[in-house]
Amino acid sequence: MKLELRQVTKRFGTLVANDRIDLVVEPGEIHALLGENGAGKSTLMNVLYGLYQAEEGTILLDGVEQNFKGPGDAMAAGIGMVHQHFMLIPVFTVAENVVLGNEPTKKLGVLDLDAARKKVRALSDRFGFDVDPDALVSDLPVGAQQRVEIIKSLIRDAKILVLDEPTAVLTPQETDELMQIMRDLAAAGTSIIFITHKLREVQAVSDKITVIRQGKVVGQAKPTSTAGELATMMVGREVDLKVNKSVAKQGGNLVLRVEDIHVEDDRKQLAVDGVSFNVQAGEVLAIAGVQGNGQTELAEALLGLRHVVKGRGAIALNDVYVDNQSVRQRLEAGIGYVPEDRKKDGLVGEFDIAENLMLNGSYGKPFAKGVAIDFASRDRIANQLIKAFDVRTPSASTQAQKLSGGNQQKVVVARELSREVKLLIVSQPTRGVDVGSIEFIHERIVAERDEGKAVLLISTELDEVLALADRIAVMYRGKIVGIVDANVSRETLGKMMAGVAA
Amino acid sequence: MSRIEVTPGMFSQAEQKKSLKAPIVMAIVTIFSFVFFAILGPTTEVTFQITETDAFVTLPDLALPSNALGYSTAAIMVLITIASLWFGVTKKRVPQMFAVVYGLVAIVALLGWLAAGADVPVGFLLGNTLVLALPIILGGMGGIMSERVGVVNIAIEGQLLTGAFLAAVIGSITGSLWAGVIAAMIGAALLSTILASLSIKYLVDQIIIGVLLNVLVIGVTNFLYSQVITQNNAGLNFPGTFNRIEIPILSQLPIIGDAFFNQGAIVYLTFLIVPALWFVLFRTKLGLRARAVGEHPLAADTVGINVGRTRFWWVTIGGAVAGLGGAAITVGNVGAFGREMTGGLGFIALAVVILGRWQPLYVSISALLFGFAIIMRIWSNQINPVIPVDFITMVPYLVTLIAVAGFAGRVRGPAATGKPYEKN
Repeated sequence: MKLELRQVTKRFGTLVANDRIDLVVEPGEIHALLGENGAGKSTLMNVLYGLYQAEEGTILLDGVEQNFKGPGDAMAAGIGMVHQHFMLIPVFTVAENVVLGNEPTKKLGVLDLDAARKKVRALSDRFGFDVDPDALVSDLPVGAQQRVEIIKSLIRDAKILVLDEPTAVLTPQETDELMQIMRDLAAAGTSIIFITHKLREVQAVSDKITVIRQGKVVGQAKPTSTAGELATMMVGREVDLKVNKSVAKQGGNLVLRVEDIHVEDDRKQLAVDGVSFNVQAGEVLAIAGVQGNGQTELAEALLGLRHVVKGRGAIALNDVYVDNQSVRQRLEAGIGYVPEDRKKDGLVGEFDIAENLMLNGSYGKPFAKGVAIDFASRDRIANQLIKAFDVRTPSASTQAQKLSGGNQQKVVVARELSREVKLLIVSQPTRGVDVGSIEFIHERIVAERDEGKAVLLISTELDEVLALADRIAVMYRGKIVGIVDANVSRETLGKMMAGVAA
Repeated sequence: MSRIEVTPGMFSQAEQKKSLKAPIVMAIVTIFSFVFFAILGPTTEVTFQITETDAFVTLPDLALPSNALGYSTAAIMVLITIASLWFGVTKKRVPQMFAVVYGLVAIVALLGWLAAGADVPVGFLLGNTLVLALPIILGGMGGIMSERVGVVNIAIEGQLLTGAFLAAVIGSITGSLWAGVIAAMIGAALLSTILASLSIKYLVDQIIIGVLLNVLVIGVTNFLYSQVITQNNAGLNFPGTFNRIEIPILSQLPIIGDAFFNQGAIVYLTFLIVPALWFVLFRTKLGLRARAVGEHPLAADTVGINVGRTRFWWVTIGGAVAGLGGAAITVGNVGAFGREMTGGLGFIALAVVILGRWQPLYVSISALLFGFAIIMRIWSNQINPVIPVDFITMVPYLVTLIAVAGFAGRVRGPAATGKPYEKN
């Protein structure tokens, strides 16, 4: 089926998320939609999928104009979508999830799950998906959940399949498998729209590339284009893809010592299962791994936001055991913490920037005099930090939620680095951040290291890990598979991320 | 739009953790029961009247010394406790059946001790347990229907009261009990539409609307009762009750026959509604969609299910079912409306929904426990109990507290309950 978008415009209030976008996808083509976070890729696809209504423009399928009132219409027309955050119900089985909304029934609306199982098996066998229709979705690894999402679209006879950032949650090996699936589907005649900001994947799998920047189509590119050319198109200027950093100094003090700790997740399951490592002053230790392998719980346990299982391991900061210390005590002992989800844990969106910048020191100097806030001092500090960290904001009294992702992250980083820290824990520091801000934040992290601070970087982005780390520890299912030097190959890391020891 | 992430369940196949909560609670109750009902138990005889006098098949009454009963029940309780301990130590889940049987045995022990030197009318107790539990069961079904699609229904109390009031008044005016029942269901359903539309369309906090609706209904019914109904009680508040209908053969079953199968129409309706709700929820397309909406509304939306409409209709029909529960109080049992006569049954129904894990059958069994507590209070007053009756009345509430606090394993309701679904 041939898809054509003509002059599609979508606004949120005064913000133009999609500005007169044209896009043509031929049958059986893998068409990459490349752009930075916030460029408008997902919005455009949600318009296509009927979740949003466009203000202007038309959608044509095989030359026929479409008018989607909701996802139901889009699906009926042959459009399938695999969302970045999976649209699966964890307590349902694969078969139930796949047929939801399109259920085979016997008399009186009684579910015909046998028919559903058969359909799932047929598709699973045809494309080699290896999915058990009776498994509960919550028991499946992420890669398998994604295949369930693809089956969900195929079972509805999708002729056009949209994959929204599909590799964000996959190991490199799972990514390769997904790419093979994409090629197989395309060979069978399905058109695929592949949304991503990862240049390597675009080059590997796509037939055609459309680059979007700030809601507008900036041009087409061929998969033979170099990464540098693609990045320049995506960002709108020359980008330095490499972080300049010198070799780490050896023999710094041991700042953080983690000895065989165990941590439970919210469901009381062991998420960190006997993890040990050290971080020295003047080095960046990166914890790599696919999302959901215990990194979140590890970071929270180090800060004291989450309890370590009693009697099983210990955490020492500068040779002092901190297991029984409160979060405040640990912060005062010199931990700086950039949480992985800035909107949830890093900032109070309704507070202004000056208020957010005082959150970790609100109880004393220089932000408070006795019980009262020292507004003059607070505002002075805020303005200094805004300048030093290049936060693009109208003023210090702007609400944090009004800023772009990159600028919000700079506020968090500014707050954490403005104190005397000995250990900096940065979790996903550049997730959902524009390229300019990524460069800035990376430089600051390296600068902290060069000043002799210990840095623990937790990241699921292999590129980021390779750019910043001096040593890399790979986490898989709550354990550390191995700790290796930063000059290790991408393939080795990929295998380690799938649990194979180096 | 709320962001719901599907977390990978990579650790969920891990073995069940060693949990000794259930055996510990059982051990404490067993020791208590052994000391008071067996060792210190009275030696006077207690008689269990197992069959009604006019029954087709009569079983002899069971008469034995109270402390002998205490010893034998304690022995069974010890066995079940040990078995549960074994499950706990070997890291398996204690089967739900064990807890149910244990509870029944404990109740028999308690009865035998209370009624030492007197008769225990088993049929009478069971029959009244069912009748008194009816509003809780039906209120609970209404609660399930609402919470399964993601709307917290605090207003069950108000729906019961509305149903009780309308059934009595409309039943009296029209002279038809069925007209009263239908009015009760429509009235409570309309009340639910307020909850549904405010929470779904206008995203008002569900808890606040629920509380306000309850207060509103109490105020309106009190006003009408004191200003209108008491002026003409015979004409407006004298509907009578449904006649008992004896089901052939089934009503002749020993012990439960008369109690369960010689009852009014609403009881039989409930016998149909509970399994029907289970069937619809877990075996049909409608139910799958409803549960999807309650677990992950955005996912349901992306496959073309209308979240708002689904929630609206389930909440509304749930209200009608709760309204039937209200009718069960007046035209099913008491025969007249009284001020605030639901007296918190709606809130018990709310707790029972959790205790029964949003499953129609378990919720009904839990509701029966409360019905039993109510009839125990009434009955044990008549037999000169050795302890204050209030202690016995407390038991189901304690059970609920223990169960909700995690005794029965981690209770997990529909994931999106209480969360409004906002679309861009």
